Amino acid sequence: MSVTLSPSAAKHVANFIAKRGKGVGIRLGVRTSGCSGMAYKLEFVDEQQAEDMVFESHGVKVIVDPKSLPYIDGTELDFVREGLNEGFKFNNPNVKDECGCGESFNV
Amino acid sequence: MALLQIAEPGLSAEPHKHRLAVGIDLGTTNSLVATVRNGIAVCLADESGRTMLPSAVRYLADGGIVVGSAALQAQALDPRNTVVSVKRFMGRGLKDVAHIEAVPYDFEDAPGMVRLRTVQGPKTPVEVSAEILRPLRLRAEASLGGELTGAVITVPAYFDDAQRQATKDAATLAGINVLRLLNEPTAAAVAYGLDNAAEGVYAVYDLGGGTFDLSILKLSRGVFEVLSTNGDAALGGDDFDHRLFCWMLDKACISPPDAADARRLQMKAREVKELLTSCEQAPVKVKLSSGEEIDLVITRDDFAEMTRHLVQKTLAPVRKALRDAGLTVEDIKGVVMVGGATRMPHIQRAVAEYFRQEPLTNLDPDKVVALGAAMQANVLAGNRADEDDWLLLDVIPLSLGLETMGGLVERVVPRNSTLPIARAQEFTTFKDGQTAMAFHVVQGERELVSDCRSLARFELRGIPPMVAGAARIRVTFQVDADGLLSVSAREMSSGVEASVLVKPSYGLSDDEIAGMLRAGVEHAGDDMQARALREQQVEAGRVVEATEQALAKDGQLLNEQERAEIEAAIARLRELARGQDHRAIKTGIDALARATDEFAARRMDNSIRAALAGQKVDEIEV
Repeated sequence: MSVTLSPSAAKHVANFIAKRGKGVGIRLGVRTSGCSGMAYKLEFVDEQQAEDMVFESHGVKVIVDPKSLPYIDGTELDFVREGLNEGFKFNNPNVKDECGCGESFNV
Repeated sequence: MALLQIAEPGLSAEPHKHRLAVGIDLGTTNSLVATVRNGIAVCLADESGRTMLPSAVRYLADGGIVVGSAALQAQALDPRNTVVSVKRFMGRGLKDVAHIEAVPYDFEDAPGMVRLRTVQGPKTPVEVSAEILRPLRLRAEASLGGELTGAVITVPAYFDDAQRQATKDAATLAGINVLRLLNEPTAAAVAYGLDNAAEGVYAVYDLGGGTFDLSILKLSRGVFEVLSTNGDAALGGDDFDHRLFCWMLDKACISPPDAADARRLQMKAREVKELLTSCEQAPVKVKLSSGEEIDLVITRDDFAEMTRHLVQKTLAPVRKALRDAGLTVEDIKGVVMVGGATRMPHIQRAVAEYFRQEPLTNLDPDKVVALGAAMQANVLAGNRADEDDWLLLDVIPLSLGLETMGGLVERVVPRNSTLPIARAQEFTTFKDGQTAMAFHVVQGERELVSDCRSLARFELRGIPPMVAGAARIRVTFQVDADGLLSVSAREMSSGVEASVLVKPSYGLSDDEIAGMLRAGVEHAGDDMQARALREQQVEAGRVVEATEQALAKDGQLLNEQERAEIEAAIARLRELARGQDHRAIKTGIDALARATDEFAARRMDNSIRAALAGQKVDEIEV
């Protein structure tokens, strides 16, 4: 079981944490909401929880809560540019279908 | 698919509920848009990677509109239809515009605000500003992948109500929801204060394209408080360009150039100024439309020398702001430099000498304001955790007050009060049976209404008739977080009410704010004299009126000689009140009081006798 970052995503996350001045890593997760069932969570982590699963990817700590893990296991988080817009993208092999915008999905 | 940004812990947005907020620095020369992404404030770039959008708008004959560098490039070809530095005209009447002879526009003085005649018809500065804001909004929406929740737009601290309202109107016209207007120096402090997390008192020296602001700010435990602000609404980098422009005309012996040449020379002046920041000397080569060529060389020292008075001019507001805050140079922990013009080495040197320390320049002086605005927008849009909440206190730049009898100003909200603020003060009637009261709201530091800026007038009617001084009229001044004012008046016994929202008259003022502040200090002595004079004149009028009423009612109590004496004293006082000597008037008032002592005593006896007449002693309750 694992969740990884692409080299580009790792570089950006490390950079953002450094500029933010605090944070031990990044949290990937899901919660039940949104138009097609599940929605992604992407947050800075200041304090790790006891039950958290921690993966290391390109020197960045990736933190996932155990309930979210089954939904995003095998995901690679990528950093991409689309025109003027730039941001993170979940490449999640578990997804069966997602809403048009991709912000929520079903497994 | 939508691209995600990293949120603060626990603050991931619901799908489709991202609160996209930006900060916009709507500058005289350049405008920028910034946002907080992945926890960091960044300026957003256009397709070519440029963050600064020149604040230039060109109106084309075919109905098209070009904004930014493309407009700026066409400036020399089409000066009348290419509007630059429009911020100087925001909320301003024709007579308020400085250096009008050097501006190649065709102005039309409309009630309230100037209009510029272009090939697409007359345009107000609000419409031109909206054209600058629109591409910034589109850029932000393309960069953030969604519609904006709102924006924080920055304005110079010295913008008055008219100018602030004009800025808000421009944003609305561009389809932007304004979360808040924020003073530029305050935004800069936000950018610096958060990034450096340093506590203490700071000075923000902001020399932009068209405005100079100096603010004294206190940063403590994450709270920003503006202790005082001062500045000059008509001094900026443009003036340095203008000085170079005049130097070129002078050196090349050119009589007033045509519009196209004027543009060409002004652009050259700006270019030379920027070059002198990094080089010791710069060539000045311009080909005029006549085919004539200017070929000069200018050194950094020459430039520093010819603009020294401009640099000095910035130091007077610095001194005043320090004095207003009750501080000295030693109390200032750091000096923040804002605005592209602060890159000029001789400005940095002058500031360093004055404050006896090197100014902070670690953030890009062109970007700090937009970055700070973006941070504020992020908070207002609700994208930050409660524990990080910080409060931002702003101040009003000029005192607000009411006109009272004799054309004097009663200050209700003193300048440098923190915003938002509500202040109430009670006023009363001046005459018996007075049923209406006129309110005149003014802004400024002078004692006489005629020297302050008139903001609004309104009337309170339906006051129940009472003797003078018995009515209690409560006047409430309220200034919201954007610095916009509403005033209401309420008669306390009957509850009748009237109010006015200071929907500004778009700058019909004759004095500009910096000048008003300066005048307030320079004329402090005169003002005191003037106030004393008016007070005595009002008092003299009141005493004369009261005496005449008494003579009309109880004149039979006096013999002819006594009556003649009192009338002579009245005539003397009337004469004195027309003069300029408040002490003489006071003497006259005292003289009339002495002359009427006996008369007053007799009237008193008389009214007591009248009250007691026909009553038995035991009927009187003691």
